[in-house]
Amino acid sequence: MLKFLMKRALLSLITLAILSIFVFLGGQLLPGDVGRAVLGPLADARSVAAFNHQMGVDRALPIQYWDWISHFVTGDMGRSFSFRAPVAPFVADALINSLKLAALAFVLVVPLGIAGGVWAALRAGRWSDRSLVLLGQSLGIVPEFISSIVLILIFGVWLRWLPMSADWPEGAGALTQIRYLILPALPPVLIFFGYIARVARVGTIEALNADYTRTAILKGLPWSTVLRRHVLRNALLPTITVTASLIGYLVGGLVVVETLFHYRGMGGLIYSAAKAKDFPMLEAAVLTVGAVYALASLLADLLSSTLNPRIRSGRT
Amino acid sequence: MRSPALWVGLAILLFWIACALLGSRMTPLDPYADDLLATLAPPSMAHWFGTDQLWRDVLSRVIIGARDILIVAPLATALGSVLGTVLGLLIGYARGAADDIVSRVIEALQALPLVIVALMALAAVGTSNATVVLVIGFVFTPLIARTVRAATLNEVDLDYVAAARLRGDGALAIMFIEILPNVLPVALVEMTVRLGYAIFFVASLSFIGFGIQPPSADWGIAIAENYSLIGSYWWTVLFDAAATASLIIGVNLVADGLQGLFEL
Amino acid sequence: MNATPADALRIEQLDVVYRVGARERRVVTNLSLAIRPGESYGLVGESGCGKSTVALAAIRYLARNGRISNGRILVDGRDLMRLSALELRRLRSRSVSMVYQDPGRALNPTIRIGRQMAEVFEVSEGLKGNAAQERVAGMLARVQISSPRRVMDLYPHELSGGMQQRVIIAMALSSDPALLILDEPTTGLDATVEAEVLELIARLRAELHTSILFISHSLAVIGRMCDRVGVLYAGELVEEGTTAETFGDPRHPYTVALLRCVPRHGRRKDHGRLETIPGFLPTPGSISGQCVFVERCGNATDHCRHEAPPPVALGARLSRCFYPERAASLPHGPEDAPARVAAVLGASTRTQAPLMRTQNLSKTYPVAGRSLQALHDVTLELWPGETLGLVGESGSGKSSLARVLLGLSKPDAGSRLELNGEPLGALAGERTRSQRKALQIVFQNPGMALNRSQTVRRLIQRSLRLLGLSNTQREARLRELAASVRLPERHLRDKPRQLSGGLQQRVSIARAFAGGPRIVVCDEPTSALDVSVQAAILNLLVDLQAEQQVSYLFISHDLNVVNYLSDRIAVLYLGRLMEIGPTPRVFAGPHHPYTEALLSAGRIRLQGEIPSALNLPSGCVFQTRCPRKIGRICEEREPPLLEGQGEHSMRCHIPPAELAKMQGTHAYEQLE
Repeated sequence: MLKFLMKRALLSLITLAILSIFVFLGGQLLPGDVGRAVLGPLADARSVAAFNHQMGVDRALPIQYWDWISHFVTGDMGRSFSFRAPVAPFVADALINSLKLAALAFVLVVPLGIAGGVWAALRAGRWSDRSLVLLGQSLGIVPEFISSIVLILIFGVWLRWLPMSADWPEGAGALTQIRYLILPALPPVLIFFGYIARVARVGTIEALNADYTRTAILKGLPWSTVLRRHVLRNALLPTITVTASLIGYLVGGLVVVETLFHYRGMGGLIYSAAKAKDFPMLEAAVLTVGAVYALASLLADLLSSTLNPRIRSGRT
Repeated sequence: MRSPALWVGLAILLFWIACALLGSRMTPLDPYADDLLATLAPPSMAHWFGTDQLWRDVLSRVIIGARDILIVAPLATALGSVLGTVLGLLIGYARGAADDIVSRVIEALQALPLVIVALMALAAVGTSNATVVLVIGFVFTPLIARTVRAATLNEVDLDYVAAARLRGDGALAIMFIEILPNVLPVALVEMTVRLGYAIFFVASLSFIGFGIQPPSADWGIAIAENYSLIGSYWWTVLFDAAATASLIIGVNLVADGLQGLFEL
Repeated sequence: MNATPADALRIEQLDVVYRVGARERRVVTNLSLAIRPGESYGLVGESGCGKSTVALAAIRYLARNGRISNGRILVDGRDLMRLSALELRRLRSRSVSMVYQDPGRALNPTIRIGRQMAEVFEVSEGLKGNAAQERVAGMLARVQISSPRRVMDLYPHELSGGMQQRVIIAMALSSDPALLILDEPTTGLDATVEAEVLELIARLRAELHTSILFISHSLAVIGRMCDRVGVLYAGELVEEGTTAETFGDPRHPYTVALLRCVPRHGRRKDHGRLETIPGFLPTPGSISGQCVFVERCGNATDHCRHEAPPPVALGARLSRCFYPERAASLPHGPEDAPARVAAVLGASTRTQAPLMRTQNLSKTYPVAGRSLQALHDVTLELWPGETLGLVGESGSGKSSLARVLLGLSKPDAGSRLELNGEPLGALAGERTRSQRKALQIVFQNPGMALNRSQTVRRLIQRSLRLLGLSNTQREARLRELAASVRLPERHLRDKPRQLSGGLQQRVSIARAFAGGPRIVVCDEPTSALDVSVQAAILNLLVDLQAEQQVSYLFISHDLNVVNYLSDRIAVLYLGRLMEIGPTPRVFAGPHHPYTEALLSAGRIRLQGEIPSALNLPSGCVFQTRCPRKIGRICEEREPPLLEGQGEHSMRCHIPPAELAKMQGTHAYEQLE
């Protein structure tokens, strides 16, 4: 078991390393001339060269990469172009905010999605199943900016039940924070409900049709036992894998939601950094999101292998 | 065996395509003209969808707003699909080291939500319709490659591939003549699903200013421009939102219909 | 008054329908049978005859779109359809158990063996914890699993196929049911493992007096295991009786025809072609108002076409035929043409040089850092026009051998491969075009071997490219090929999935013969086909060989078929050639101890499992299971290939003359 964990952790690190190279290249190579990209087409060549030299982007690429990554792992994420200040505190703050929002959305969507999917699977082919699948699908295709606007209209403007932006007063307690975070958490919940329900549904249907479920039923076991002990454990395995990408998205992908609700999470941070072409901030934030995903993925694998011992031995 | 859903979806899609193609010729009023007598006027007989803050007829703008998104999203999807299918075929067939490396890279890239990859890339190369097409196309490539790779792996083990090798068929012939036709249904379904997502994605990017650029009448831009007025002047936002939603729904219905068709 | 004990299973006039799309299809029609306590009843038939449906109906586990539209089923005296859900559960936990074909999938992969097995005791006897575990250990010991406690801690994927099936059987018998239903329990298992499993079932049945409903497509297995047998055709029971009577003196034309299809009694190709049953299996439920077999019956009269025959009782037997007494004189097919075949085959000359030769052929696969030796030092020759049968179980290396010969996989350094005296490149890409044309293959599963997105015409045309013909020449050759495999031309524009298994295999054969090969490897070409179709394909292969003087490397696990078709036989075990020689000699004896066990049809049981090729036994690879092991020499030194009489060689430390004495003058056993 430990060997499996170590192997997986090593793979995660390799993935992160590859990711860091891509992120770095994206920030350094893509823009072409970084100084030109930041200062704009009207700046004169000398300022651009000075800028480049000051930021160290005129050195050889491998040297820049090594410099960047070796500092990154010790917590020094470079200096922001826009703020002329270290990047790390911004990222740390934004990360905490994102984690709060992600936690709320996660706690809402995962149980709902799984319950929905299993419920639909148990009624597979019937009207209730089809309705649920349709519902999930319909909710999943509405872009967040639309659902956010609609939610703000309904709950913020017309009903006035919930605050329209997520900037709570200083020192607010946990419950207050949650109250401010519910609206921004809803658009991703709506979008991912269908996705998770679908994965859970397929997994459950497969488990229900499996030979081992037949064996359990023919042993004469009561249906509740069959469901609990034989079906669900196998059914929910694919769902666990999916939650890793869900976490990644909740932490870094909620750009639109965070912008609309004026929430300083990773998505919003990346957005403003992109607008300002603040590459150090951009690279650091993006890599952090990647690291969060890698960690979530590792945890998901660990959980899967606990539930399904075949994964531990290599091939299923 | 066509389901009604497929027909409804096609109808919606064709309507918006017509809007995109015919543009101003289809609008009741000139979408660029300003009606000085009616600024931010609610829907009425003269202006079915009302007017916006620049005195322009909303209905006409909604109609021509279909154009850019119906150029950018399909192009990006097509680019990603072609590249992704070829890549997926190659690594699925080659297996071994090439597959391992490329799969690792794809896995690494999937650690990031697409939107932030797009933001970073667009920040670096600048935003225009062309760059949006390229960035989204490249961002989709690994996703489609992954699906095609899985389908290819299933095929490679089947004996007809061995039979082809035995008669001396080269790798390219086997990939594109023997395997591709069997993998194509999967790729096509994936492509139609991605198209729906591409529209979703481009609309969201346009909303935050990293997609289609003003002065296009694109719906995402219109919503972003008028969002602050939403409290009192809901028509400036609602119809664009409804148009976006309807287009995405239409594409999804077609994707579902095709999926059902191919499973027969 | 003594009540006679209830029948373990009693089916009365059962009709089962499945709803497919908008229509209902009757899959089982008017079926009646009874199994007495302690009796073993076999249900035999080809694919689609409805036997699995009967099994599922007997425990009320039909798929959602299936239902019993007529009739009664009584299990242990209880009317199945009248039971409440609770009573049904109780019946399933105490009175009836079922064992299926794929043991690996019938076990929950995430729960340990001990725990899964304990569930049976929890439900049937209310035992928990240690008490249940004790019973589990006892049951595992009963199915001859040594170290039961260790096995109970394992997960299913850590056991071999044979072990898994034994666990399933143990689980099924834990509740001491009145009725045990077995649905193809040994299909897919190796021959030696199958022998063990069958022996186990027979022994347990004797100990526990359980009634058995045994479902199989294999006449041999049913013959071995069952007291009585029912023959199913297209959902109807056409004949029933004791196994001995039904197989020895059948009273229904279908049974007669079926028995004739199987090469039995040591029949060989020079004795004559195999019988086939003309026509195709009807879709169940499509025939009514007439005898279900009439379209294919050589004895059919007008009466048969207009009225469905009722079951006719013949003493304790039953036949659904108007003329049961005429069954045995069913006319033979027009295919009996021994003379032509024999004449041509006899001409397979040995005066020429061998067509193909391998020397020191070895193949090792690197697996997770270790080496898996799939083939070791195999030296073989193949002469023009002959059929070399290749026999072996899983891990024997027969597939690896085929792949290496064909150039699909590269042999280890030091291996030599020659075709027509010239060295053969390792991979197909390195070989010349004429070499590639010369070596072709017919795969086991035509569904996977034919590109489903191409039409038959295109499939064959792509192989015709090897010949470099002009368009018109190619078209002509295509027609020729289709004719030679008896493929009606209208099928040329079909896609493979529109064809039946037998037709698909014909297309596969046509493709193999497209380039005019000298050697065709046949890798279990008939294993996936029904018995009646198998006979037709084997006949076709024999015909093609006679016409074109090709050589076959015929791989099969079915000894009857190998005996029928092959001139010489090679026996492989764990990658080594154990025995090779002319077919009659290999079958008559003396035998290598491994071959001896294979031929004994389960009489000689081998201890233990087939070792993993990752961890080969020292010395002779067979010594861990050999019933004739003579001592340390078997563990220390790999035996040489010793030649006995008539070019018949065996790899054993015991010389052939000794073996002959030890085994007696064993005439070829009837594989019935």
